[in-house]
Amino acid sequence: MNNSVTNTARLLGAGLRALLVLTLVTGVVYPLAVTGIAQGLFPAEANGSETEADGRVVGSSLIGQSYNLPLEEGQETPDADLKWFQGRPQNGLGTNSVNTRYELILSGATNRSGDNEELVQWVQDAKAAVIEDNSVPGYTVEPSDVPADAVTSSGSGLDPHISPQYADIQVHRVAEQNGLPVTEVQKLVEEHTQGRTLGFMGEPRVNVLELNIALEELVAKS
Amino acid sequence: MGPVTAGVLQLLALVGALALVHIPLGNYMAKVYSSRKHLRVEKWIYKGIGANPDAEMTWPAYLRGVLAFSAVGVLFLYLLQRLQGVLPGSLGFAAVDPDQAFNTAVSFVTNTNWQSYYGEQAMGHVVQTAGLAVQNFVSAAVGMAVAVALVRGFARSRSGELGNFWADLVRGGTRILVPLAFVAAVVLVACGVIQNFSGIHEVGQFMGGSQQWNGGAVASQEAIKELGTNGGGYFNANSAHPFENPTPFTNLFEIFLILVIPFSITRTFGVMVGSVKQGYAILATMATIWVGFVALMMWTEFSHHGPAFDIAGGAMEGKEVRFGIGGSSIFATSTTLTSTGAVNSFHSSFTGLGGGITMLGMMLGEIAPGGVGSGLYGMLVMAVIAVFIAGLMVGRTPEYLGKKIGTREIKLAACYILVTPALVLILTACAMALPTPANSMTNSGAHGFSEILYAYTSAANNNGSAFAGLNADTQWFNTTLGIAMLLGRFVPMVFVLALAGSLAGQRPVPVTAGTLRTEKPLFTGLLVGAILIITGLTYFPALALGPLAEGLA
Repeated sequence: MNNSVTNTARLLGAGLRALLVLTLVTGVVYPLAVTGIAQGLFPAEANGSETEADGRVVGSSLIGQSYNLPLEEGQETPDADLKWFQGRPQNGLGTNSVNTRYELILSGATNRSGDNEELVQWVQDAKAAVIEDNSVPGYTVEPSDVPADAVTSSGSGLDPHISPQYADIQVHRVAEQNGLPVTEVQKLVEEHTQGRTLGFMGEPRVNVLELNIALEELVAKS
Repeated sequence: MGPVTAGVLQLLALVGALALVHIPLGNYMAKVYSSRKHLRVEKWIYKGIGANPDAEMTWPAYLRGVLAFSAVGVLFLYLLQRLQGVLPGSLGFAAVDPDQAFNTAVSFVTNTNWQSYYGEQAMGHVVQTAGLAVQNFVSAAVGMAVAVALVRGFARSRSGELGNFWADLVRGGTRILVPLAFVAAVVLVACGVIQNFSGIHEVGQFMGGSQQWNGGAVASQEAIKELGTNGGGYFNANSAHPFENPTPFTNLFEIFLILVIPFSITRTFGVMVGSVKQGYAILATMATIWVGFVALMMWTEFSHHGPAFDIAGGAMEGKEVRFGIGGSSIFATSTTLTSTGAVNSFHSSFTGLGGGITMLGMMLGEIAPGGVGSGLYGMLVMAVIAVFIAGLMVGRTPEYLGKKIGTREIKLAACYILVTPALVLILTACAMALPTPANSMTNSGAHGFSEILYAYTSAANNNGSAFAGLNADTQWFNTTLGIAMLLGRFVPMVFVLALAGSLAGQRPVPVTAGTLRTEKPLFTGLLVGAILIITGLTYFPALALGPLAEGLA
């Protein structure tokens, strides 16, 4: 009995020493070495790919953000500022803010199933809003024109992209709101449409932040 | 090109990349575990541990090493979280509650990486980097060590010796996981994954105002998270978060990292047992199931059956535009057919059948190709069962790789395959029968049941992904899921090592005309069939109540 207790203690001691040594290698040396190389060779990427406009940081090209009007009194959710291209809905973030100390960039999905009544309602409402917001005199959005990404929330809730189809149906509205010719806004969207990497990886997409920065420059010029 | 074609091309590109590295990496790993030489840094480590790396161990000694190392790991990680409030570099986060700290400690030591916390809101730099990320490495190395011990059981005769646990653990880390993770981490940073130690800081926004970001050693953790089939995300959204998985290329690269060791280790197995053809037969079994599941997943996700998806015109809920449905389907299938559990899209919002495919992947026991190490030993146990079934059909004593599969061997294999189904079904039934656990559901009806079935399937099989609508941060779920993870990881390991010891003690039987040729396609077919039938019979009633009821509605 006494012997087996000693043996167990010796074994646990070996385990503890192994863990401490391996923590030094994989938990201290390894991450510091990667950080050193990352900060030396790719400082912009390693720090979040921050994007500037007019000499000030306006976010990250990787992280989606909202383009809303200021919150009015009595409102719970602000209205979208229709002057700017809009990203995807972000229904996953509302219920996710368990942290009361910081308003961190929260990430998360809605986790609603395809037959969830709430999700069905959200999608219906989003579709109606997309059609209403983007239909302007001389241009009507048909329900079949609205792509799936325009009415669903992403996995991260921080999706920086929309599909080229969703950008296209916003062109007339954005042009009208900013007093720009439709063709110029259309050209802007085309310039900011990224194809699949090497022709087959991922899906074609438009980065909303970069598009809105370009739009802001176009408005300032005209 | 349409999205379906692009999805298929991405699958083909993955297959090509995995085929390219299969032989060199497999051979290299065989050399690592067979070499008699020690690197200088390894000698220092052995001195620190106080272990003799050349001492051969019998199976009980090997098992004691595994259990002692893992027990210390759980305790250390638990204390680290409990002390977070007073540790430097904690970003102001408080100590983690006891039940959640237990759950998380067990989760990372068992290679599960189930997370009932929100990464960006609960864990500071020290816990993430010196606690969670370390277990990403060592839990993977433990899995590989146990797999190699089983392979030695087949390869060795009349000795009962399985190698040295400390040497296998250290070599898996220093010669395989750390160098590969290092290269992968640098590639990820170059593509936009963050890697810094900044605190919580303000970043301006386009419309004015600012957002608070936290920095972190994300790339270094992301690399080993995928490579070690761990899956615990730095952020709540895991690999859907743009800072973890910024581009379509990183998406494919991360799937490649998930699959590369589990597929390549079949080559290691072939080399070590002296017949690479035996390795190819196991590889073919894994690849058949994996490709079949990916194809099924793409079919159901592209056809997007479900009320909300019909209105939306596509199953994009919970998916990112840059990955699309193709890239998300490949990731979801690969993460659940291995023990990874990282997600780039949220499985709860997949179609009913798509969610069922993710669950079925885990229920197979995560063997196609499975977790690092655990996939190979799980598959070899299934091969033992398949050989036994074939033996019954022709009335001969079954053999596999020149070893007799006798009463003791088949009992151990049978016990192995009973552990996780028992845990999943009993705990799911308990959670459904009790009044409070159901309060954690986000969805109701069949999908609500699926949330709970998924949770226990994921925990007992050490996967770690979730139908994340389930609020799992309750005492009930933290405790029962923690127990499921512990038993689901270590009880099967006991049977595997006992099996290895029993095989290593046998003398080899000569191959005769009546021997089942386990390197032939016929055996691969038999093995695929045995896996699907055994799992199907075990879980069909539960699947019928959850994903099938939803998917066929």
